[in-house]
Amino acid sequence: MYQDVILDHYKHPHGRGLRDGQAEVHHVNPTCGDEITLRVRMDGTVIGDVSYEGQGCSISQASASVLNELLVGKDVGEAQKIQETFLELMQSKGQIEPDDAMEEVLEDAVAFAGVSKYPARVKCALLSWMAWKDATAQALSGTAGK
Amino acid sequence: MTTTSSAGLALPGLLDTEAIRKDFPVLDRLVHGDRKLVYLDNAATSQKPRQVLDVLSAYYERHNANVHRGVHVLAEEATALYEGARDKVAAFINAPSRDEVIFTKNASESLNLVANMLGWADEPYRVDRDTEIVITEMEHHSNIVPWQLLSQRTGAKLKWFGLTDDGRLDLSDIEQVITEKTKIVSFVLVSNILGTVNPVEAIVRRAQDVGALVLIDASQAAPHMVLDVQALGADFVAFTGHKMLGPTGIGVLWGRQELLEDLPPFLGGGEMIETVSMHSSTYAPAPHKFEAGTPPIAQAVGLGAAVDYLTAIGMENIAAHEHAITEYAVRRLLEVPTLQIVGPATGEDRGAAISFTLGDIHPHDVGQVLDEQGIAVRVGHHCARPVCLRYGIPATTRASFYLYSTPGEVDALVDGLEQVRNFFG
Repeated sequence: MYQDVILDHYKHPHGRGLRDGQAEVHHVNPTCGDEITLRVRMDGTVIGDVSYEGQGCSISQASASVLNELLVGKDVGEAQKIQETFLELMQSKGQIEPDDAMEEVLEDAVAFAGVSKYPARVKCALLSWMAWKDATAQALSGTAGK
Repeated sequence: MTTTSSAGLALPGLLDTEAIRKDFPVLDRLVHGDRKLVYLDNAATSQKPRQVLDVLSAYYERHNANVHRGVHVLAEEATALYEGARDKVAAFINAPSRDEVIFTKNASESLNLVANMLGWADEPYRVDRDTEIVITEMEHHSNIVPWQLLSQRTGAKLKWFGLTDDGRLDLSDIEQVITEKTKIVSFVLVSNILGTVNPVEAIVRRAQDVGALVLIDASQAAPHMVLDVQALGADFVAFTGHKMLGPTGIGVLWGRQELLEDLPPFLGGGEMIETVSMHSSTYAPAPHKFEAGTPPIAQAVGLGAAVDYLTAIGMENIAAHEHAITEYAVRRLLEVPTLQIVGPATGEDRGAAISFTLGDIHPHDVGQVLDEQGIAVRVGHHCARPVCLRYGIPATTRASFYLYSTPGEVDALVDGLEQVRNFFG
């Protein structure tokens, strides 16, 4: 489960800290107390920044770091596809062996494939991704409203 | 084996764990390939000895029927076994009468049952807006939420004892917390997260002075020490079967007979009635008044077998064994760099559940790496989140021991924690 990629992101997280954004969400995993506060800044349809603060296990913290690295600078449509692919992998109960196509989409995030075998830890890996999805939807609807 | 573990083997008061462990088939299991299981999650649930498993299957294979009112052989046998389990439990807790032992599905249901009895009761027991409920900050959620619900429904004020920095109840303001308005004081005998054994006498005395009822959550006590409800002096005592070698699905509420006679039933249904018409019903005497519907029959019979097993070994002997293991574990754990025990850091007035933090390493990561070595511990807030908030930590790792735990298992845990530190260091 603990791939070197995951440990690297855990020890040296990308983009950690809260910066400006149009939407902020706070998500918790009640079974283990993992928490994340996450902000999304949209530059038009491009994800300008995903900033976050949180506490939790190495899986949840590394996952947020990977998310930041992977999604910032992407068009929102592409980012949503990445999120859906990651969700599919994490819900696969270890049944999906990531192929080259998936690896191209998910990059470092394929390292979490092993986590999907551990039902208790899937939520840890998904915490920041669900928070991002929520915050992005809020940011987009806020923008649309203006 | 290291030198330290040899020292551990020489601890005074240990049971013959080699013999005891032969009764527990699961303790022979290998996990993750060839790892020997080191089961240190006993505060969550205990393993079951062959003697309990055999009784369960014999019940279903030979005696299965619904209890009471049957006139056929199986119904009479099932009833005798079910009621026989009640006798065993009554003797185990030194209840003055077998009719004071109510079977529930777990300790949570027992605690909820008392909260609901008091919410619906007439004077002088009734909890309402002019009265107060007292709990403590170290309760399991099952002894917090039922009282929050009762407080919200009735308007009664919910108060609690805080905790000291070393994981004990702060009773310095006992006279302000338990007052003339207090109707019920409900507290845990042994904390499931801190391991603290609480001072029953001081609390019971104050409650009696003001005429409040006392409910004791003995979930982490009944499996591990002599539980004498008369010596405790409480009005109700709740515990669960699966933490004391019994099956899941069976719990106990003991209550003083005159209270059980006076207090109203909570769940209505079959078995709890005397007569029923379309207009009204009268109720059976306790304990049946509080046991609506088909009870967990096999589970009660299994609990009876667990009580037999524990009694044969002797609760004093089990308590002495666990005390020795706990003192050894506290000593060895404190040798691990960056490890901090959350709760009393000595073996004094402490049960066999030890919570700790390990530097900045999240308990989930600690638990996962231990699991890879075959060591089963529990991680999280242990259904006692207010304790984590009190000490400013998100969660803990908890190792908890029982009558089959060995000093070698403590050593395995300590070695495992070294591996965790190396891994995340």
